[in-house]
Amino acid sequence: MNKKAYWALPYSIFLVLFVVLPLLLIAVYALRDSSGAFTLSNIAAFFTDPKIVNPFLVSLEVALENTAICILVGYPVAYILADKSLNRSAVTALLFILPMWINALMRTIATAEIFAAMGIGLGKGTLLFGMAYDYLPFMIYPIYTVLSKMDRSYIEAAQDLGANPVQVFFKVTLPLSMPGVMSGVMMVFMPTVSTFAISEILTNNTIQLFGTIIQENFNNLMWNQGAALSFVMLIIIGLTTLIPGNKNEN
Amino acid sequence: MKTKKVVSQIYLWLVLAVLYAPIIFIAIFSFTQAKSLGNWTGFTLDLYKSLFTGATSGSQALMEALKNTLFIALVASLVSTVLGTLAAIGIFNMRGRWKKSIQFLNNVPMLNPDIITGVSLFLLFVFLGVSKGYTTIILSHITFCTPYVVLNVMPKLVQMNPNIYDAALDLGANPFQAMLKVIIPQLKTGMLSGFILAFTMSLDDFAVTYFTAGSSGIDTLSTFIYADVRKGGLTPELKPMMTIIFLLILVVLLFVNLRAVKNTKKS
Amino acid sequence: MEQKDVIIRLEHISHSFGEKKVLEDINLYIKKGEFITFLGPSGCGKTTLLRLIAGFLSPDEGIITLEGKDISALPPYKRPLNTVFQRYALFPHLDVYDNVAFALKLQKLPVDEINARVQKVLKLVSMTDYEDRNVESLSGGQQQRIAIARAIVNQPKVLLLDEPLSALDLKMRKDMQIELKEMHKKLGITFIYVTHDQEEALTLSDTIVVLNDGRIQQIGTPTDIYNEPQNAFVADFIGDSNLLDGTMIRDGKVRFAGHDFDCVDSGFGENTPVDVVVRPEDIYIMNNTDAAQFTAVVKSCIFKGVHYEMYVDSDAGYELVIQDYNAFEVGSEVGLIIKPADIQVMHKERLCNTFEGEMTSATSVLFMDAEFDCLDCGLQKGDKVKVEVDFDKIDLLDDSHESDVEAHIRNLLYKGDHYHLEVKTAEGYTFFVNTNDVWDRNDLVGINILPEDIRLSKLENE
Repeated sequence: MNKKAYWALPYSIFLVLFVVLPLLLIAVYALRDSSGAFTLSNIAAFFTDPKIVNPFLVSLEVALENTAICILVGYPVAYILADKSLNRSAVTALLFILPMWINALMRTIATAEIFAAMGIGLGKGTLLFGMAYDYLPFMIYPIYTVLSKMDRSYIEAAQDLGANPVQVFFKVTLPLSMPGVMSGVMMVFMPTVSTFAISEILTNNTIQLFGTIIQENFNNLMWNQGAALSFVMLIIIGLTTLIPGNKNEN
Repeated sequence: MKTKKVVSQIYLWLVLAVLYAPIIFIAIFSFTQAKSLGNWTGFTLDLYKSLFTGATSGSQALMEALKNTLFIALVASLVSTVLGTLAAIGIFNMRGRWKKSIQFLNNVPMLNPDIITGVSLFLLFVFLGVSKGYTTIILSHITFCTPYVVLNVMPKLVQMNPNIYDAALDLGANPFQAMLKVIIPQLKTGMLSGFILAFTMSLDDFAVTYFTAGSSGIDTLSTFIYADVRKGGLTPELKPMMTIIFLLILVVLLFVNLRAVKNTKKS
Repeated sequence: MEQKDVIIRLEHISHSFGEKKVLEDINLYIKKGEFITFLGPSGCGKTTLLRLIAGFLSPDEGIITLEGKDISALPPYKRPLNTVFQRYALFPHLDVYDNVAFALKLQKLPVDEINARVQKVLKLVSMTDYEDRNVESLSGGQQQRIAIARAIVNQPKVLLLDEPLSALDLKMRKDMQIELKEMHKKLGITFIYVTHDQEEALTLSDTIVVLNDGRIQQIGTPTDIYNEPQNAFVADFIGDSNLLDGTMIRDGKVRFAGHDFDCVDSGFGENTPVDVVVRPEDIYIMNNTDAAQFTAVVKSCIFKGVHYEMYVDSDAGYELVIQDYNAFEVGSEVGLIIKPADIQVMHKERLCNTFEGEMTSATSVLFMDAEFDCLDCGLQKGDKVKVEVDFDKIDLLDDSHESDVEAHIRNLLYKGDHYHLEVKTAEGYTFFVNTNDVWDRNDLVGINILPEDIRLSKLENE
């Protein structure tokens, strides 16, 4: 092998120490009780304990809804931004990323305060709004990147072959931008399931997401239970990214 | 065609308005004295004054948190840039299974939700018996920052004419000189955007810091704000600080972009 | 036979990339001041050979000497050679001046001297006044000139050029060829040039080294290579040619295309199978069929600028290509004459496929990592055998799934009435097939051999 391949050695060691080993530790802690003996009860709790199952199902629901909202709101934004005839300034695209530089918790608090000022009670609705607000840029950006790199000649070819604008969009543009949508989904769905502070602020802790449950387990020194829940999430992430995602990676 | 343009412009600005509403809200209420947001008690610059003079214990702690945030972000993103650039060059020169595994591992911190990264590193430091502090926080930040550097440097390597390194050697440069005078300049833009991204991710991080700061008492802005929320009241000086940060970033980004526009027009 | 005017000598050079052997036992010397070209199809190893000389690769076996000193282990930055790279490899972050001055600045020469030398080479490549230009804003031809200037500013003993003109359009390429030739004369240093373009090689070189499959096929002057190709590959690769199977009947008499011809070759023995090459411009074509050696019918006739190119079917069923200043009507019968001196006779490299194999039963044999049925000829399981199969007895199949052997067409030669294919299996065995079917390079094929076409003879165990 090329000598320069060894330049990756420090990072490889770093990855093993700070990525592989920690993830293994999650598995180790997940399969042990507090005395260190092997047990499956932590994992089993995920399926049986309603205090865990219910927030998990709620989290999935919220994440699904949030992802859908982000696609519905974000795709048109990305489409308009990428279309040179509709938007000529690169600065506009930048404006959509700019809020990410302000601390997310701070923005979330401000959102909650606006709701309070408008007399809207905190709950599922405000949670979804705040989540969409926080994650929208993560959906817009990858779709925008794919769309703006897309070869215009595909669209022209479709028009040339007789497709009207609606057909062009659904038969050419949308399918070709799916990789962007998929990576947007990846960046929105799982993080939504696992947020904790944001859901606390936006619902006054009335709706607990899965992330909050994990956090509380660790706060209450129930590391093994917390690790087990993290382990389950890891498995789900592994399944969602490894099986269908492989083709999209390039 | 024209209506399409108008409709899409309206849509864009509508979404932007929603996105910016909270920030503008913060900015407006930074000019009043009231403790909670949304309560206007008359225009004053008191919060700005107290932020800079450290008049209250809250503002002192806040400034401390800001310093910590910047320090951690700077160190973590600098180390990430060096580590990630070396790694990218290494990975680019690898073949086969090794290349695939390292690229896969590089993706893991990006795919993992923050909380998983935080929890896993928390367990690592418990396992290793390391007491939590700046070192653990910075190491953790490097963990989730470096992949972004690798990802930004890699395309520059792919675009690069593969003979450039050889050309430098051919003209008498030793491998070190070839790297310094030829390869690094080619990767500069990728390294810079990787650095900026890493810096941003570090600034914005909450979950990983939350789990790896432990009871060290080190606060970054995120953990400081979270602690505030738990206590049930924001430190008022946060509002002017966020406003200033936002304006600073706005100015920098506009400046950079205007310059970029100018440059493209020139050539 | 150490000659004084030899500058570079390659001895028994072999090189592999992983499992793949790209150069095998290359022996070559290069004379001081000559313009030598490595010519061959892509993947023949020519660029690898150049990179070995430049020092970007080190040979697995063999040594490279420069002026008598072994430089095999010397890193590229310590070799007094410079390279003009394919696609130039100019440093995009440096302007023209800094690109050219790169090597001089590394040596920390005084600014005045650097200036003077940069100006001098820029003048040589007619690029004065471009010093401050961004290299990416230059046209392909201009970048080419800067790449040459950068490589010669350090006054190398040898200039290596790796397909330097391949990125230019045809007109520009022709102009640059002339300039390169002049530059070679002016500089007086050795040029080692790599190209796949035979015309370019013939135009520029003092000496051509034809490479294929990691081996040297022929070394010679352009005229030698063109007029007296040493094997079918060279004949086919250089220029247009009619390549036919023939039989040397006796000295001065050869049979091909169904007729006997007088020739000037001798020493092949009697009734020896040979390859015969006749260049298209060396076949005389006329309307008069009585005075001709043989006749043919014109199939197509295309005007090529200076001459006409005609494909004809000969009376014995061979397709020949002929170039002539006169056009002959398609469908007309013509008479053809080939003069003895225009017939190039070459040894055949092989007469049939030969493999080493092992009997797996009395009626099956293993070779090329696959099992084939064969006739029972008294051999037993485990016997080591020599397997022979004629070129035309191997059937190529479209569907490789139907066969134990999966192979790719590597090379094809048209021999007037059939194709001679070089086929390589996935396991790396090479065999040859004569067929009338049309295949393309890189086609994936399976094979079928009838039991009666497999000739076996027992190898004695020692």
